[in-house]
Amino acid sequence: MDFKTFVFYFLSAILLFAAVRVITARNPVHAVLYLVLSFFTAGGLWLLLHAEFLAIMLVLVYIGAVMVLFLFVVMMLDINLERLRQGFWSNLWVGLPVAVLMVAEMALVLTGRYFGAEALPTPPPQPADYSNTKELGRIIYTDYVYPFELASVILLVAIIAAVALTLRRRKDTKYTDPSKQIAVKRNERVRMVSMPAEKE
Amino acid sequence: MDAILQPFEQFFGPAWPAVWTLVKIVLILAPLMLAVAYLTYAERKVIAYMHVRLGPNRVGPLGLLQPIADGIKLMLKEVIIPSGANKALFIFAPILSMAPALAVWAAIPFADGWVLANIDAGLLYVLAIGSMGVYGIIIAGWASNSKYAFLGSMRSAAQMVSYEIAMGFGLLSVIMVSQSLNLSDIVRQQGTGWFADKGLGFLSWNWLPLLPMMLVYFISGVAETQRAPFDVVEGESEIVAGHMIEYSGMTFALFFLAEYANMILISTLASIMFLGGWLSPVGFLPDGFFWLALKIAFFLFVYLWIRATFPRYRYDQIMRLGWKVFVPLTLVWVLVVGVWMMSPWNIWK
Repeated sequence: MDFKTFVFYFLSAILLFAAVRVITARNPVHAVLYLVLSFFTAGGLWLLLHAEFLAIMLVLVYIGAVMVLFLFVVMMLDINLERLRQGFWSNLWVGLPVAVLMVAEMALVLTGRYFGAEALPTPPPQPADYSNTKELGRIIYTDYVYPFELASVILLVAIIAAVALTLRRRKDTKYTDPSKQIAVKRNERVRMVSMPAEKE
Repeated sequence: MDAILQPFEQFFGPAWPAVWTLVKIVLILAPLMLAVAYLTYAERKVIAYMHVRLGPNRVGPLGLLQPIADGIKLMLKEVIIPSGANKALFIFAPILSMAPALAVWAAIPFADGWVLANIDAGLLYVLAIGSMGVYGIIIAGWASNSKYAFLGSMRSAAQMVSYEIAMGFGLLSVIMVSQSLNLSDIVRQQGTGWFADKGLGFLSWNWLPLLPMMLVYFISGVAETQRAPFDVVEGESEIVAGHMIEYSGMTFALFFLAEYANMILISTLASIMFLGGWLSPVGFLPDGFFWLALKIAFFLFVYLWIRATFPRYRYDQIMRLGWKVFVPLTLVWVLVVGVWMMSPWNIWK
């Protein structure tokens, strides 16, 4: 077993452990932190596949931003674990077939002709000055430019929709316009009164 | 150099690359820790002189041994773990804020070729690992089981996520003009241009054409490291010390070290991105690490200067500055640079 294989199995073991802990951890904050760990190790696995740009983006976007907000929300919730566990056995009859179906689908795809280890071999090693980012950019902005633009438009719509859904104006909010605050002159706030000193 | 290393290489055999990398890591981290220690001293002295005081002057000549004394004090103090705290995460939080602050230095070039890991997407690596520092603070706030600590970590999460966007967009225009994500290439690109050929290298650096981005980047950097005037996370007058309130001794010291290491990192990145890294400002002087150190020291001084000068921002003003001023400004500037590069007046060819 060479070093690379060892790294692969090491990262995979951590990833599986973290993924299992995400759903078995009792404390939701711990679950989120295990999810962070699994994202990080997944990034490490992507690095092994020469996808350094995607790996770093996974860390930057998911760990650096998305999971921070997740943690933010989960930390503020007061989750009652007893009530969450109540329906476990009755829901199992729905959940189990779905889970089995998903495993079967994954098995079909992964063992199939188009996605097996033979169909997608490890990419050949590249020279030292090879830029993964540049190649990815070239493909996105030439061959896949329309799907890419379409995806960005959908994301823009989603952003506007999210803002529109949560934007509400409260009548009782106190708001001061910062430009007005800055433009204030001394005479508008202070009145100098000249009065003679009083003597007893 | 190779002749000196030859006997060591033979002695260690196949383990040599690992040993040599470890030696390099120590060569980066030991001076960094020393710089952090003396940055605290410099901060106290600089601010003291700005306040017309003397600052630390009791331990050693001119108070020069003060950081050492502080370090020993913090190491000997008891680490108190609150009874209601989540013990594992409480201990884990300072480690989690310290580790990214040290790991980012792997991709930083100190001079031409002086870099531990010459990663192709080095800038992205620095941003990605740097963005993980916020976890230490959030977890510290939650694990302490204290209201002040929790408020501090809430503030820090929102602040760091907001300013990361402005910071990323600010760096985007640097990436555009240098056509590379590699930090060494970004510096080398600044050494070329019309002024550099005339021997006035400092006018070819990115700070001149990208001046607004340099300001946005540095101010976002100050907010990102949660230093005054953006230090609402600690906000002594409102929430005592934020996420650090329950920490004592060495666990507190780790937060402290991480904060100062991050300050040095932001200054280093600003020097590399906008002030030409290790490049010498004029043609007749040689390039070298000396110039980078000088530029870092300049930005660190600005950090301290800002702290001694400005009062703390209100929380909503911080959010307004980040989202309503910096993000639109950087977006427009990316467009401006894009049009500039496509026009016949492109200076970065």
